[in-house]
Amino acid sequence: MSKRLINLENISKSFDGNLVLDDLNLYIRENEFLTLLGPSGCGKTTTLRLIGGFETPDKGRVLFDDKDITALPPNQRQVNTVFQKYALFPHMNIAENIAFGLKIKKKSKKYINDKIKYALKLVNLDGFENRGVESLSGGQQQRVAIARAIVNEPKVLLLDAPLGALDLKLRQDMQYELIRLKNELGITFVYVTHDQEEALTMSDTIVVMNQGYIQQIGTPEDIYNEPTNAFVADFIGESNIIDGLMLEDRLVEILGVKFPCVDVGFGKRRPVDVVIRPEDVELVAPEHGTIEGDVTSLIFKGVHWEIDVMANGYEWLVHTTQMHPVGSHVGIKVDPFNIQIMHKPESSDERAVEMDA
Amino acid sequence: MRKLGRQLLAGPYLVWIIGFILLPVVVILYFALTNSEGDFTLSNILAIGDPIHLKALFLSLRLAVVCTVICLILAYPLAMILNKTGRKRQNLIVFIFILPMWMNFMLRILAWRMLLNNNGVINTLLETLGLPTLNIINTSTAVVFCMVYDFLPFMVLPIYNSMARISQDVVEAARDLGAGSVTVFFKIILPLTLSGVISGIIMVFVPALTSFAISDLLGGGKVMLIGNVIEQAFNQQFNWNLGSGLSIVLMIFVVVSMALMSAHDKEGGGAGVW
Repeated sequence: MSKRLINLENISKSFDGNLVLDDLNLYIRENEFLTLLGPSGCGKTTTLRLIGGFETPDKGRVLFDDKDITALPPNQRQVNTVFQKYALFPHMNIAENIAFGLKIKKKSKKYINDKIKYALKLVNLDGFENRGVESLSGGQQQRVAIARAIVNEPKVLLLDAPLGALDLKLRQDMQYELIRLKNELGITFVYVTHDQEEALTMSDTIVVMNQGYIQQIGTPEDIYNEPTNAFVADFIGESNIIDGLMLEDRLVEILGVKFPCVDVGFGKRRPVDVVIRPEDVELVAPEHGTIEGDVTSLIFKGVHWEIDVMANGYEWLVHTTQMHPVGSHVGIKVDPFNIQIMHKPESSDERAVEMDA
Repeated sequence: MRKLGRQLLAGPYLVWIIGFILLPVVVILYFALTNSEGDFTLSNILAIGDPIHLKALFLSLRLAVVCTVICLILAYPLAMILNKTGRKRQNLIVFIFILPMWMNFMLRILAWRMLLNNNGVINTLLETLGLPTLNIINTSTAVVFCMVYDFLPFMVLPIYNSMARISQDVVEAARDLGAGSVTVFFKIILPLTLSGVISGIIMVFVPALTSFAISDLLGGGKVMLIGNVIEQAFNQQFNWNLGSGLSIVLMIFVVVSMALMSAHDKEGGGAGVW
């Protein structure tokens, strides 16, 4: 594994008495694409701004390359930021915008011109040097903002929801662009977003945050397939989150019916949260199902049908490629491997799980 | 039908423009270019070459420049401080600065005469405290002082507005790219407030250049500005032709100075006044 480049140690931060981050610990490895994911107000942007130097923590330290940079102003840090609203300098043309950081570092004219050319090529905006900021579309402005940051050869690029203002198609294109950029530049990306699809597509590591607490850190696969609590399960993709009772190892009772599962070590008769992804619910003939229910709603989503099935007092969300008309009687079956069992939240930081979920 | 309705709506403004703006200018031009017999002459315009008139014009220009520079020096830091304070306090401070504008212009000047008089409020106060008295009434200093007091809001507001429009993101982006406070000021803040500065300069310089009431009341007849010369031509000598001629010359100075300022305003933001 590559070394830890940034270390956030016991960070607490509040604004006007509102605790935004509470004793946060996080490390970021060199050359990693790390995404801070969470709903608005979860502390993800504050975390990014702490790394950028725009905020100082009330408690705790920020380490960069093992050096304490907690009190270092942004202009002396080896990181660059791509802002949510681009924040291009409106009184400069594109070339001047990109040259800004390099001119401050007193680079030679030739070096700066080469860099501008290189950066514009990298973000597919060749020949835009003399254009004005106003004449560019949102997507183009965002590319310039990226170019302006990367010409400074930062060790870490911080991106604050940079695709938030773009339309869907452009956003998807830019996601692939960012992955390509990261691979070409070989630097660390710290990315902030509330869009789970963006996070799953681009990240090496996802940090799911809520209410100032880190809920889970893991690869996209981990986060999606093995959410540690109901908040993560609900925030990443859609889920059926049902109260359950762990009867014994490998057997859970949901809605009064026993389901075999693969989880062990929860003890006997323990209340738990059960997460089942909608695409993992199989609709079968009533006599083959573990539970029987009735289809209450049917929506065509393109790739799949989204079906609501009322069974034992719970409305199951189901994604399937097979159509079942409203009113039809169906059986519900779930592969034991696809049932995810989670502890109910207990301690104070785990309570943050419920508030928003 | 709808088109006619719209044209009718524009009617009052058309009457206004023609009756109260274009027509008076034409009348002034007519008087400026004729003598008392109504014959064509350039002498009223060329009368600016008269040493007394020239002296008044240069004094006007000098005082207007001094007043504008002082206003700028006072207003820019104030706008920066305003921009840094919280929204609620900001509104209060702006309100306080605009408050004098709610009072009659002449009243304000008369108030300053009371304050600055040799036996006035300020000197009485200084005497009681055993400090040396000020003898600035009837001097250019008093005139500039009152001009600055009267015109400062016109400098503060456009600069403050242009500064408030700068997004915090842009400043942070500059710092992120390695700019210290000094660089942020000269490369970001100053260029982005230039249009406000230019608006402010025009809005202070023009009334300062053409004013006559302040110099009349605080100059005690010793500070002759071009505005005073024109006023006297109309009201004391009843020489409308000379007054109009000098007015045209002054207008040319105003238009030229505004055009010069606007030419420096690349953004076009400050050209709104002109």
